[in-house]
Amino acid sequence: MPKPAKKPVGAQPENPARLIVDGAVVANQWNLLSLDEEAEISAASLAPGKVILPLSVWLELRNELQARRGEIGVWLDSDETADLIGDYAGELPLIAAHFPLFTDGRAFTAGRLLRSRYGFTGELRAVGSFMRDQLTYLKRCGFNAFAYQGEQGLEGLLDSLQDFTDSYQSAVDQPLPIYRRRSLAG
Amino acid sequence: MYQYDEQDHKLIRERVAQFRGQTERYLAGELSEEQFLPLRLQNGLYIQRLAPMLRIAVPYGLLNSTQVRRLAHITRKYDKGYAHFTTRQNVQLNWPNLEDVPDILAELAEVEMHAVQTSGNCIRNTTTDQFAGVARDELVDPRPYCELIRQWSTFHPEFAFLPRKFKIAVCGAAEDRAAIRAHDIGVQIVQNRQGETGFQVFVGGGLGRTPIIGVAIRDFLPEVHLLSYLEAIVRVYNQLGRRDNKFKARIKILVKALGAEEFARRVEAEWEQIKDGADELPPEAIEWSKRFFPQPAYKSVNGGHAEAVLRDQAGSDKAFSRWLERNTFPHRIPGYQAVTLSTKPTGIPPGDVTDRQLEAIAYLADEFSFGEVRVTHEQNVVLADVEQERLYELWQAARKHGFATPNIGTLTDMICCPGGDYCSLANAKSIPVAEAIQRKFDDLDYLYDLGDLHLNISGCMNACGHHHIGHIGILGVDKKGEEFYQIQLGGSANEKASLGTVLGPSFSRDQMPDTIGKILDVFVENRQPEELFIDTYNRIGLQPFKERVYAKAS
Repeated sequence: MPKPAKKPVGAQPENPARLIVDGAVVANQWNLLSLDEEAEISAASLAPGKVILPLSVWLELRNELQARRGEIGVWLDSDETADLIGDYAGELPLIAAHFPLFTDGRAFTAGRLLRSRYGFTGELRAVGSFMRDQLTYLKRCGFNAFAYQGEQGLEGLLDSLQDFTDSYQSAVDQPLPIYRRRSLAG
Repeated sequence: MYQYDEQDHKLIRERVAQFRGQTERYLAGELSEEQFLPLRLQNGLYIQRLAPMLRIAVPYGLLNSTQVRRLAHITRKYDKGYAHFTTRQNVQLNWPNLEDVPDILAELAEVEMHAVQTSGNCIRNTTTDQFAGVARDELVDPRPYCELIRQWSTFHPEFAFLPRKFKIAVCGAAEDRAAIRAHDIGVQIVQNRQGETGFQVFVGGGLGRTPIIGVAIRDFLPEVHLLSYLEAIVRVYNQLGRRDNKFKARIKILVKALGAEEFARRVEAEWEQIKDGADELPPEAIEWSKRFFPQPAYKSVNGGHAEAVLRDQAGSDKAFSRWLERNTFPHRIPGYQAVTLSTKPTGIPPGDVTDRQLEAIAYLADEFSFGEVRVTHEQNVVLADVEQERLYELWQAARKHGFATPNIGTLTDMICCPGGDYCSLANAKSIPVAEAIQRKFDDLDYLYDLGDLHLNISGCMNACGHHHIGHIGILGVDKKGEEFYQIQLGGSANEKASLGTVLGPSFSRDQMPDTIGKILDVFVENRQPEELFIDTYNRIGLQPFKERVYAKAS
């Protein structure tokens, strides 16, 4: 194995009051629990309502939380790969992927694999420090929810979802690369 | 040459609009320096020592004369009237204003050009052999594959924020003129025993501060799987490549850390999952891409007669004969030859051309080579399809515009980065070193006697001047604020790629021409008849060079 990459320096994901889901600004109904080494989260101590758990916590409590399945989501840190959720993805209503820095592009791959390989159909939420200018790429990798941190005029960001209206290569939003659409059509 | 359709035009227009918005937000203070950085880099825009620098994409080095004319116009209108051909087969402007860049991109888009992914931590412009499609030693024309890779990698949503920059090169000939083993991925087109086309795939090559020659992780990949295999490699890299240290973030470090076998195993495992998916390249797709690179309308020429005329002309004009010998390249079609226009007369920074020269290139391309131009990774320009009957005429015209220095492949045809004169990363100047060496070795007969000899100069360890893979490599280093130069010997970039070995302590700039002279003396004294520098070096090793260069004056 290569020397493991250190945890990137960057803030833990937060819980903004509003976010973009499916192209509209909506109120945030989920409470994301960040990974705090001091805190011990147990199935019993978990408050009622919709909760997004860190991957490690979710993996541990998954069986105990079966009864609350529809209201338990999970978030991946940037050094956690989609295969750690794997086919469990199909049972989750929400998966969040964390951008500790907007330049850390691992979550793009995580999103794409969750959608195309592991059958995830729920809400795929980008959390952390991603940028408006990455929205179309995120959308193409299967993200349909965008939880910006800090004060943002979210309505003003919606346009960026349409920065590109077509694409060359296949991705989650477009199953066929452009050469297939062109050459095989004509 | 690839022709845009409405979808290409639309995508590039949308990109220009997006970047215009980003630039406006940056200038209005809505985007921080840090946020704007990757956005501008992916649009080719650097902030350099003296001014911004804009790197314009030339996919696999191919341009048409209309595009070259537009480049000339842009250098005049927005810059100081000259441009620079890079070792990545791209074009750079050294003095644009940040505020003008969206307008420059809009002007480029009109002629099917852009600056997409010429920098930043994404998949860069795919490069190839400048003699693609015309070389006699070519198995298969690499350009249709390059174009498919271009489309696959352009705005790839998953790979726009990789750990580091990512470079792919494709070679379709026996001789590797694309330096594929010095790239993150090198693709060598091969055929198996059944005559099917496929690829040998190299990964983990690269220069910079940790130079490594790429290793083959697959000997035969059927062509139908090219894109899915590339996708698997880049996906493994995006997930596992180091992001904590930019100097250890290239794929070569990952390949080295995992070992090539383990890396290949992971790639194969990923590829197994996607190889039969949407990214398959069915024969129709490849045929479609090939249609953009048709054979030009060559005349049917009596090759024997054309060669005889040429021999006569060469016999009666020594200057022409020299140029013919060094600056032209055999062509697979009888009666034709490929021509390299040298951008390296003494005293001009290698790769620099003025707006008028750009216009001259466009004119020469229209007049002599079906309106098409190629940029070489040695920073020269190629007209690939010239009738032998018209070489004499072309030579005279090229001479008039300063392109006929008969030095291609010789010591003075050096690769040289812009160095400390322009680049904010450089530790030392490189252009004056190139010039001093060119001045000292201006005797053509001596240069020809030395034969093919690649001298590469970089102004810092980022190695844009490819010093590791020069037969003689020069690296600018900084010692307590003073510029010094380290010499390496024995590098090569072709199918027998190797990295140079450091000769010993570095030299001041003044010492460089004489030191190179001593190295050449050792070569001349030790060479067997017709032997090339690199072969003599490989036979006798570093020691004799070292002894001569560092000998104490007695």
